[in-house]
Amino acid sequence: MKLKKRKLLIDQHDKYGMWGGKFGGNFVPETLKKPIYDLEILFSKLRNNQKFLAERDKYFKDWVGAPTRFIKLNNLSNHIGGAQIWSKVVSDANGGAHKIYNASVHCLLAKEAGKKFIVGDTGAGYAGKMLSMAAKKFGLKCKIFMGAKDIKRQRPNVVAIKKNGAEVIPVYTGSQTLVDAVSECMRYWVANCDTTAMCVGSTVGPNIFVKICGWSTSQISRELIVQIKDKFGSIPKRLKLYNCVGGGSSSYGFWSEFIRYDKRQVELIGVEAGGPIKSKKHAAPLTYDSKIGVLHGAMQYVNQDKIGQIDETESISAGLDYPGVSPLHCFLKDLKRARYTAASDEQALNAYKLVTKFENLRPSLEPSHAFAVALNEAKGLSKNTIVVVNSCGDAIKDKNILKARLGKNYDKLY
Amino acid sequence: MINYINLAFKKSKKEKRPLLLTYTVAGDSTKQKSLEILRSISKYADICELGFPHNTPIADGGQIQTSAYRAIKNGIKTSDVFKIVKDFKKDKFSTPIILMGYYNLIYQFGENNFLNECKKSGVNGIIVVDLPWPENKKFALKCKRRNICFVQLISPTTSYDRAKKIIKDSHDMIYYISMLSTTGAKLKVSPSEIYKNYSKLKNINPKKNYVVGFGITEKSIKKLNFADGLVVGSAICKEITKSLKYRQNAVTNVSRIVMNLKKLIS
Repeated sequence: MKLKKRKLLIDQHDKYGMWGGKFGGNFVPETLKKPIYDLEILFSKLRNNQKFLAERDKYFKDWVGAPTRFIKLNNLSNHIGGAQIWSKVVSDANGGAHKIYNASVHCLLAKEAGKKFIVGDTGAGYAGKMLSMAAKKFGLKCKIFMGAKDIKRQRPNVVAIKKNGAEVIPVYTGSQTLVDAVSECMRYWVANCDTTAMCVGSTVGPNIFVKICGWSTSQISRELIVQIKDKFGSIPKRLKLYNCVGGGSSSYGFWSEFIRYDKRQVELIGVEAGGPIKSKKHAAPLTYDSKIGVLHGAMQYVNQDKIGQIDETESISAGLDYPGVSPLHCFLKDLKRARYTAASDEQALNAYKLVTKFENLRPSLEPSHAFAVALNEAKGLSKNTIVVVNSCGDAIKDKNILKARLGKNYDKLY
Repeated sequence: MINYINLAFKKSKKEKRPLLLTYTVAGDSTKQKSLEILRSISKYADICELGFPHNTPIADGGQIQTSAYRAIKNGIKTSDVFKIVKDFKKDKFSTPIILMGYYNLIYQFGENNFLNECKKSGVNGIIVVDLPWPENKKFALKCKRRNICFVQLISPTTSYDRAKKIIKDSHDMIYYISMLSTTGAKLKVSPSEIYKNYSKLKNINPKKNYVVGFGITEKSIKKLNFADGLVVGSAICKEITKSLKYRQNAVTNVSRIVMNLKKLIS
C-alpha cells in the first residue's frame, strides 16, 4: 500500500473500487449496479469536459461564493500563545457549509443525465439544506431523508429545507440518525433509480459517491493552497491542517491538494466525535480502532459488535454522528499520512466558547471538535508553526443545542 | 454428492408447477419460534430461505426490517442461525435451506469459517444481497468447492450482456428480482412484463433454474406461475408481525398462508 504523489487520492483505487485493496468498493444490491455504472461513465466524461468545468466554476464563484476567506485568528493566537492560528472560513459559502459543493455537482450531473428527481440523506441537515438549495436552483424535485432524532435537534436546517420546496422524509428506524437516513435513502434509490438521482451527503457509500463528493469538496483546498502561497510566499515549513471527520467530506476537501506533501511539512489532523465524556458510545471509528466492515456499500473502519451489527453512536454533533468513515480516511490512516484523534462533546463546547469569545467567528459543533484539538495542541508549538482549522459550518443550526448546554446568552459570550 | 436444490426443482417440474420458496428471518420472533415456523412451513415449501438479520439493510422494505429488528433485539447471533439450520435438518434433511443476508456478517464471521459452518449444519445455498457479480466470484467459487449453491441475483436494471456473464458464472439457481423495489412492495410491473424479462434470461441458458421474487403475495402468485420457482418473503414476515400484535399463534397462521400459496400454484 503506497501513496501515489501525482494522482488524486480519489483515483487511487483498483478495478473493484477499493483503496489499498481493502477500503471502499461497491457492496451494493444488483439493482444498483447499472445506475452506479451509468454515473461512473457520466462523471468520468464530464470531469474532463472543459464546458462542464467552466459551468461548475461559474456556479462555485457566483452562486456558492468562491473563494471563502482565509483569515488569521489574532486574538485567539495571542491568547493561546503558541502557533499562529488561522482559519479557512468555509462556512462563508452560500448556505453556511461545505456541503454546497457536493450538492451542486450532483445536481449538475443529474441535470446532464436528464433526471428530474434527486434524493439525499442528511445528518446535521446541511447536506439536506444544500441539496434542496441546489435542486431548486437547477429545477429538480427533491426529497431529503433525515433521522427523526436529527429532525428534532437540527430544526433550523429542517425549516430551511422545507422553505426550499423539498420534502423531508423522517426516518424512524434504528437510532434515528444519519446512519439510518443513509440506509433509507439507498433503499429509496433501489426502488426508484430509473427516474431519480441520488446524492450521498459525504465521502461515503459506493465508490463513485466517494469520488464525486471528494472531487467536489476539493474546491476548498484548491482555494486554500493559493491563499496560503499568497500569504506566506510558499508552503510554510510547518503547516498543520485540522479538520473534523464524520463521513469525511470536508476534511478530504480541505486536505486534497496537500496530501502529496511530506507529512513533516504538512501534517493532516482529523478530529472525530468522541461523544459525551461519560458515555461509552462515540462516533470515532478511526481513533478507537474499530474493526473493518461493510457499511452503506463500502469497506471501512466502522463501529460494530462482534458479529457485524452496526453500533449506535452518540455525539452532540449530528454531522459527525456516524458509525463509519470514508474509505479515503481509512486509507490515509493506514498509510499514516493523516493522524486521527477525537474530541468529546464537552471539549467541543468549550472550544466553541473560546473561539466565539475571542473571534468574530461562530463555528458549528462539527468544526468546534477540530478547534478543540487544534487549540490544545497549538499551545505547545512554536510561533512559526501555522495551524489552520477548517471552519466548515456555521453554528446557527445549533442554536437550540447551544442554548440548552451553554445558557440563553450562549452567543453573547463575547 | 446429492444436490438437494436440483432435486427440488426436478420434483416440482415433474409436478408441472413452480417451486415454492419461502423466506423467514432466523430468530423471528425468537430462536425457538423461528425453528417451529420453519418446520411447519416446510410441509408446503419446497425450499426455505432463512435470513440472517442485519441492522443496516439497504435492500429490504418495512416488513422484513421489522422481522430483522425483532430477531436482533432477541439476541440472534450468526452461530444461532447455524444452530437453527442444524436442528431443522435433523428431521427434514432433504428440504433445502438457503441462507440469505448481507456480506458484513459473513465477513466478520470469516468467509471460510462461515462456509464451513454452513457445510456442517447442512446449508444448501447462499444469497448475499450486497455482494454482486463480479465482486462475488471468489466467494462463489469457495461455495462451489463445498457443494453449496451461490445464488446470483439479476434485476430489471441488469443489461443483457451482463446477465449473460452472470448466468455463465452461476450455479444451479438464479434469482430474478421482479421489479425496481425493496422487498415487500406492491407488484408495480405487470406479470406479462416480468414474463418477457424472465424469458430473455431463460433463453440465455434454459438448463438453469430461475426463481422470481419481490412483490409476490397470495394475490399475485398465480399470475407468475411460468417461473421455475417463486419466492414469498415479506407477506410471511407481515403475518408474523400481525400474529404477534393480535396474540395469535404465528406458527399456524404462517403455515396457513404458505399452504394456500402452494395450493394456488399447484
